[in-house]
Amino acid sequence: MLASRVGVAATRSAAKPFMAQNLPKLALAARVPATQYRPIATVKHTPAEGDQILAKQRLNRPVSPHLGIYKMNQTWFGSSAWTRITGCTLSGVAYLYFGSYLLAPLFGWHLESASLAAAFAGLPMLVNGGIKFLLGFPFAMHFFNGVKHLVLDTGRGYAKSTLVRVETAAWSFGILGGLFLAFGL
Amino acid sequence: MFALRSSAPRVLGRVSAVRPATSTMLQRGMATVNDPPAEKEQSKMKTFSIYRWNPENPSEKPRMQSYTLDLNKTGPMMLDALIRIKNELDPTLTFRRSCREGICGSCAMNINGQNTLACLCRIPTESKDDVKLYPLPHTYVVKDLVPDLTHFYKQYKSIKPYLQRDTPSPDGKEYRQTKEDRKKLDGLYECILCACCSTSCPSYWWNSEEYLGPAILLQSYRWLADSRDERTAERKTNLENSMSLYRCHTILNCTRTCPKGLNPGKAIAEIKKQMALGA
Repeated sequence: MLASRVGVAATRSAAKPFMAQNLPKLALAARVPATQYRPIATVKHTPAEGDQILAKQRLNRPVSPHLGIYKMNQTWFGSSAWTRITGCTLSGVAYLYFGSYLLAPLFGWHLESASLAAAFAGLPMLVNGGIKFLLGFPFAMHFFNGVKHLVLDTGRGYAKSTLVRVETAAWSFGILGGLFLAFGL
Repeated sequence: MFALRSSAPRVLGRVSAVRPATSTMLQRGMATVNDPPAEKEQSKMKTFSIYRWNPENPSEKPRMQSYTLDLNKTGPMMLDALIRIKNELDPTLTFRRSCREGICGSCAMNINGQNTLACLCRIPTESKDDVKLYPLPHTYVVKDLVPDLTHFYKQYKSIKPYLQRDTPSPDGKEYRQTKEDRKKLDGLYECILCACCSTSCPSYWWNSEEYLGPAILLQSYRWLADSRDERTAERKTNLENSMSLYRCHTILNCTRTCPKGLNPGKAIAEIKKQMALGA
């Protein structure tokens, strides 16, 4: 390897007009080995010191983008997150209703089922259904995903193709089920 | 001259086995000449929009920089494009790469919104949209596409990823297992720790300090499932807290992103099952 390199260098320099400044270079090339060694400079650190250095570096380093760049259907529309959102919506509304039901006699409100049903019947169809959909969709979505998570807990349904299909099914069931509960009943 | 050039490499190639070493230089010089048919094809330009951040100027905000390449002159994979950009357009572009065949895990990055290995990801030719390249999500950026994975490796170390045994093997030679037991490790031992799955997990984004993340839990399960390991109980005790394992909410981005086609989500489910049933 080294021999062929020197050979190439010699032919190359022979092709160029030979100048005096090439002489020392050639002499050097003959003496210095092809691989140059640089003395390795290492500093010894204890793990604690290493952590300190890392913490200092992290102060400067930016955190790479995450929610903003990751595929939307796996972050913003992931069914795991929506199970939680719909669950919170449902329980939040339930707490709100039962809390106000408890306080109703104090303020003279009428929140019994019969008066609520009567009030809803008086609303136009779209408003009526729209309000019902706001609760029907979370219910349908949460119901489907609840069953899905029970199945997942048994260790089944983890194939990649199944995951994608179940995700689509969750959204279809949530929206169609919500629409049915809002307008179909 | 032209005729000689276009035919010469093939002729030289055929006799290369018997050629003396000195003529290699000659052949190399000729092979780099573009063959004419490639120029006749319509050029397919593709723009790559790449996340840039330079630690030399830490006060400067990260930005996206675009590079345009002709796909006819580029290899099929994303890594080919990156290497070509670095070689020909911008030598300051920084990324990790090594094996270029999906076995080292160095070139893990976020390509068009999905974590994958650049060397296993084809450049999408069907659409004209820009390709967007980011470092692995929610990691500290060392430079450009290079994330800091120190914590990830520390977490890997924390699960003691090696065979722990007290009893010697009966024949004093090797620890044997049945074919069925060996089969349990398939789909687990192939993990290359590229961190694609862990950094795709929103739960890991928010809790990476304490939650182990899909990749490390897959490895935990690899040792829990190993019939030769004798510290199964201890390994399970270490996972018995609210953070290490149970921050997994079966979001399953891990399974969807794994460039090796493994199933970290399933492995975590198996751990949870083992923990619950005490098996």
